[in-house]
Amino acid sequence: MGKRIGMEVGIAAAEAVGLCNIDVAAVYPITPQSHIAEHLSDIVHDGRIDAEFITVESEHSSISACAGASATGARVYTATSSQGLMYMHEILPIVSAMRLPVVMGNANRAVSGPLNIWNDHSDIMPQRDCGWIQMHAENGQEVIDMTIQSFKIAEHPDVMLPVILNIDGFQLTHMIEPMELPTQQEVNKFLPDRVPYATLHPDKPLSMGCFNMPEIFTETLKAKDTALINSKKTIIKIWNEWEKQFGRAYRPVESYKTKGAETLILTMGSMGETASVAVDEMRKAGKPVGLVKLRLWRPFPLDELRAAIKGAKTLVVMDRAVSFGGAGGPVATEIKSLLFHDKQKPRIVDFIMGLGGRDVKVEDFIAMVERAGKKKDESYEFYGVRES
Amino acid sequence: MKQKKWPEAWQEVTPGCIVFTPGSASTYKTGSWRAQRPIWDNSKCIKCGICYMFCPEGCIQETAEGLFAADLDYCKGCGICAHECWPQAITMVEEEV
Repeated sequence: MGKRIGMEVGIAAAEAVGLCNIDVAAVYPITPQSHIAEHLSDIVHDGRIDAEFITVESEHSSISACAGASATGARVYTATSSQGLMYMHEILPIVSAMRLPVVMGNANRAVSGPLNIWNDHSDIMPQRDCGWIQMHAENGQEVIDMTIQSFKIAEHPDVMLPVILNIDGFQLTHMIEPMELPTQQEVNKFLPDRVPYATLHPDKPLSMGCFNMPEIFTETLKAKDTALINSKKTIIKIWNEWEKQFGRAYRPVESYKTKGAETLILTMGSMGETASVAVDEMRKAGKPVGLVKLRLWRPFPLDELRAAIKGAKTLVVMDRAVSFGGAGGPVATEIKSLLFHDKQKPRIVDFIMGLGGRDVKVEDFIAMVERAGKKKDESYEFYGVRES
Repeated sequence: MKQKKWPEAWQEVTPGCIVFTPGSASTYKTGSWRAQRPIWDNSKCIKCGICYMFCPEGCIQETAEGLFAADLDYCKGCGICAHECWPQAITMVEEEV
């Protein structure tokens, strides 16, 4: 294991990509971006890795270039954020339908308008149904680890699907944290070369992503849905391999002090760190509160969530995006829908908070847990919104 | 690798909808879409080949006599050839059902 050093998380993400023997990166430095793309271009330019760094004219082009490169059998990476991810939207379902194992780091930042470049999950939620594997990192070390894991997951012959690694903008991407970068030998041992299912090559002509008539389109989408659902098994297997080699465990749903907890907070991403401190405080005060963290968002780990929340009376869901005019935040809406037929399920309280960089502190989690206990109805609430 | 025209079940869909047989689109006969077919009056044809050049399907071919005819397996009946033919040698006639 390499030395533990202080580094900006965005730069660490690029360094992790640098260890993964990529062939191609295509990026566009849209506002807002992170240092991932910038530092990766340094790594390539300085000759530290032998890769093609394609500077394109837009994010629509960067993901398209990634798709093309991946179709030739290359290992491909891209990084984006907010508006950039929105601009990629059209191509995202094509990449997953073509089963191309592109890996993307997304610095989660608010989507305009109004213009706001700070952290929330409003950029990733509109991409929810694009057919990519979607995971959330909680701290810098996880960003390094999960970046490396992402290539192995995406390229595994039982998966062959693209991966978005969500990295909370600013809260993670621009923070300096103490982290360990694995050595090149360790990464080589963990991450095998990509063995593509098929490649675009003139010597062996074939067509990818072919046109579907109504007679076959439904079957194709069923196959895509099944591939994404089935990927969970391999994701868990690869996370177990990582744990065995590096000693750090990764689970689709992670629990913190949930034993005997009546109320559970549910978070996704960097917020889990602050929430765990809030849980410590409440436990100290004798309140039976625990924390559940969703690491895997697609495919949704329903069985693991059920096991994690078993016996809890209240589940307080933290949503960092708004589904305007809908049933609440996307995370709570989904959990409510998945648990609808369960006989034993907790009461689900949905708070929309932490939007566009609004800080959510330890005392805010404590206040939300208290508010959840007093809440009379099941409507969602904008926590901390100022009222006249 | 030989592929069926349609996968019967979703389990048979190749990952990424890959078609391993190059040129297999030719087995799909788009001529069945046609509502009208082009008929040449060879007495008016000046053998200029403008119908051949404008056919978006690429299904018009030159015959041994230097005249032109459409391959009805692929002709969709769009009528562009008849529209472009300035000696008006091509007429679109209704397909009989």
